[in-house]
Formats: sequence, C-alpha cells, structure tokens
Amino acid sequence: MLTPDLAPPAAAADGGAGALIDISHLQHVPRRYWGRYSCAVLILVALALLMIAFARGQIEWRYVGHFLTARSILEGLLNTIMMSVLAMALGIALGVITAVMRLSANPVLSWSARGYTWLFRGTPVILQLLLWFNLALVFPTLGIPGVYTARTVDVMTPFLATLLGLGINQGAYTSEVVRAGLLSVDIGQYEAAKSIGMPRLLALRRIILPQAMRVIIPPVGNEFVGMVKLTSLASVIQYAEMLHNAENIYYANSRVIELLIVAGIWYLVAVTVLSLLQSRLEAVFARGSGRVTARQ
Amino acid sequence: MARGVASVAVQPIVRAIDIRKRFGSFEALRGITLDVISGEVLCVIGPSGSGKSTFLRCINQLETVTDGALWVDGELVGYRRAGNKLHALSENEIARQRLKTGMVFQRFNLFPHLTALANVAEGPLRVLRRPRAEVISEARTLLERVGLGHKADAFPVELSGGQQQRVAIARALAMHPRLMLFDEPTSALDPELVGEVLAVMKSLATSGMTMIVVTHEIAFAREVSSRVAFMDQGQIIESGVPQELLSRPQQARTREFLAAVLG
Repeated sequence: MLTPDLAPPAAAADGGAGALIDISHLQHVPRRYWGRYSCAVLILVALALLMIAFARGQIEWRYVGHFLTARSILEGLLNTIMMSVLAMALGIALGVITAVMRLSANPVLSWSARGYTWLFRGTPVILQLLLWFNLALVFPTLGIPGVYTARTVDVMTPFLATLLGLGINQGAYTSEVVRAGLLSVDIGQYEAAKSIGMPRLLALRRIILPQAMRVIIPPVGNEFVGMVKLTSLASVIQYAEMLHNAENIYYANSRVIELLIVAGIWYLVAVTVLSLLQSRLEAVFARGSGRVTARQ
Repeated sequence: MARGVASVAVQPIVRAIDIRKRFGSFEALRGITLDVISGEVLCVIGPSGSGKSTFLRCINQLETVTDGALWVDGELVGYRRAGNKLHALSENEIARQRLKTGMVFQRFNLFPHLTALANVAEGPLRVLRRPRAEVISEARTLLERVGLGHKADAFPVELSGGQQQRVAIARALAMHPRLMLFDEPTSALDPELVGEVLAVMKSLATSGMTMIVVTHEIAFAREVSSRVAFMDQGQIIESGVPQELLSRPQQARTREFLAAVLG
C-alpha cells in the first residue's frame, strides 16, 4: 500500500535521501487471518453440538461424576499406571539391550536380537498375554529341580503375565527405536570415544546413548502413551486394570456409556501428564544440541 | 606377518614394517615402513587419497592392518605374541593399547552433550578412574594451556571451530599419551582460525611431545617438524628433514605436489 509520497526516491546524490521522507504518520495494521477465524468458529460450533448431543443422550451424568472417584475405578487406574510404568521400564531395558546386541559385531548376539524382535513383533500382543497366562500348560512347574520348584499356576498371576506379555512385546518395538537412535549418532563420536580408550559398552553408555536419547525420546513417549492404553488388553486375563474394573461395574448396573466415559477421562488425564513429562525430558537431553529447545 | 624386525637399539615410539591396508579391492596402504622416535614431530604430507589418514588410523587401531606389523611404544599393535603365534587382542585389550596414543580429528568430534571441561575430564574420570578433584583441576590446567580456561563451561556448539579443536587437543592430552596423532587438524577450519590451532600444536611440539601430523600446512611442516614424509598412492615416496625435503625434493612426484600446493 504505497502512497504516492512513499514511492522510492530517485537515486539520491548523497545517499541519505531516504532519511528525508517522513513515515512517522504511517500505521502498522496486523494481518487478518479470516481463514483461521472462520475455522475456529466452525470447530467450536461442532463441539457445542456434540456436547449438546451427549448432554441430551441417554447418559446419566451424575453416574459419571459418581463413578469418577469410585474406589474400584481409582484402584483400576492405579493398576493401569503401575503396569504401564513397569511394563515400559521392562520394555526400555530389553529394547536398549537388544539394540546394542543387534549392532554388535558378534553374530551370535546380533542374530539373537533379530530373532527376539522377529518373534515378538510378529505375533499379536493379546496372543502373547494369553500364552504367558497359560504357561502352565507347557511348563507345569518352574524353578531349579531339586533346589526350588513352584507350580506355574501359582507363579503366573494376572499381574506377572501382563507384565511379561506387555514388557517383552514392548522391548521388541523399543529396540528398533533405540537402534535408530544409536545409528543417528555421528560415527566420529564412536571414534572419538575409542580414541580416549573407551571400550564399547562404556562409549555407548557415556557418549552414544546420551546423544541418541534426543532421537529416542519422542517415539518412546509415543509408545508409552500407547502402553497406557494397551494395558486395557490385560482385562482378558483378569488383570484388574481400569477398563476391567469399569466393565465389572457396568455388567452389574448397565451404565455402559457412563463408565466408558469415566475410563476415557482418566486415560486422557494419564496421557496428558505423560506428555508433559516427555517435554521436560526432551529439554534435558537437548543440551548442547544447538536446538532452540536446548535453552530452558 | 612381520617380514623381519630390525634390531631395537633405541626403542622407537612407532615402528611400522611393511604396513598394508586393503579396503575390498582397493589397496590404501602399499607397504609403509617407518620409525618414529621419542620427541620427533613427523609431518605427513601428500595428495588426498594417498593413505595418510589411513596410516594414522592404523596406528591407534581405528583401522585394522591387513598385513605388516606395527609397534607402538614397544607393544605389538592388535596382537599378543605367544611363541610364533600371534593372537588377536580382545576389544578391551585394544582399548587399553589405545591409551598410548591421543588423536585429534579433522572434524574435532567433541562430545556435544558435555561442556568443554567435561569433554577433557571424561577420559581420565571414566576410563582411568582417577579421583574427580584431581582430574577436574588438571582439566582446567589443560584448558588454560590451550588458551580456553574461560570457556570451561561452554558446550561445543557455543565454541568456534578453532576453539573446539583446541579443546579436542586438551581432551587427548588429558590421557597422558606417549604419542599424539593429528589427522588434518586444521582442514575443517575457517582460514582465520587455523593459526590458533597451529600455535597450540607448535607449543606442544616444543614441549617434547612425539607427534605425527597429517597436514596440508606446508609452512607448519617446515617450521615445526623434525621430519617430513611425502606419501602418494599408499606409499612413502620420500622422507627427510623439512629443509631438505621441502626445498630440494629428490622425487619428481614430490616436486609436482609441492609445486601445486605452494603455487
């Protein structure tokens, strides 16, 4: 919007002609984002309609409020969170070990790691849960013969079967994430670590993994979120996680939607908290990377 | 493997006998035989692809030698000798052998997640497991020595290329190596930053450190080195004191190279 008096001056003889034009009376007008405004309005309208539908539907909202803090639901939530954390911890530990084995020059280690990933990524996790839970059909007793033995049905509780099923399955997936992270670190870093006399495992722990974390954390955070919800599968082997307990309640009182909403709210809360923790962790491992997020 | 071992009167820091290195069908080193004695500063010059860096990397086992024998500080590199049998060393034994050499890379390779001080202290702390207080104070001294005492808490990304390379030199020195290897230490630097790195290397040479420097800095080779070796196509074409080799090269290929480099 050039006004005529703002037309660029003809080449000034002294080079200071620009300073002679007074532009102090001109105003900056912020750009108008009509597309954004109208989309936002549309989304709000749609959300409002959706809320009205849910409000008028056959939902007794006081049941939702009531069961949101019911003892059984909160216990289920606690079990869900505990299982997510434990299974993920097992998954990350197995994933790191497997990724390091996979990248080893030792073919026995490398192929063992490949076999593990192949087996556990290749079968549905619900099948694995059922297998662990029914392990007694293959191994009636566990332990070292003559020293200590126990009946498998006593050992393989729903808790243990869920932990092993989810954790070992997760390890197979996480190993690929960790491997990608390890491969993302510059080869010069391995060489520099070697040049100061570091053996491979020390170099991995002190030099390579901390740098790989920057690449590893976002997808692992993603998988953690997946794990929170994956625990709900464990209801098939009677593990008392939140969805399992919610189901037990609506089998009794037929408030299906209400209890599903209760569970949904808690899942959202858990996942939100996790996402916030992930951002914190990403900031820590961005140190020295030169990214904007490196400065807190 | 070894085709004959010369008598060891003065034990050299590096003794290479007919070193060969093959990458697939490409022969990067075609018989390098060389001694470097204590306190010597050897500059290796030559066109790119001539095997200079490969030779350097063989010395601290970033590459394994295909054929020939190599001793560093009297120790056979990569093997343990039992009678007439040479047993390949394990990864940890190789890591221990590497402690005798410090290496400075063309692209610095500082650890980006650690501060300058932590970069220098990492090896003594984690590999040598020396007491923290002692290591930190020595690391500070080393950073002072390369002129970066005030940058101890900076991350590599906050340092210029020349500063990063000086930290890298301090990091290598922190391990008290018998021998320092420099792989084109100034090739990745902006021209105005080359001088500060060469100055540190010069003072290191003056202090009596044994050094092998792969470089394109002919002026540095002339001024600082005790011997210059010219390599081409995986072989040492000639070597000698810098005044001789750089001013009156005997071989045609050396003359061509120097004419091209010096313009």
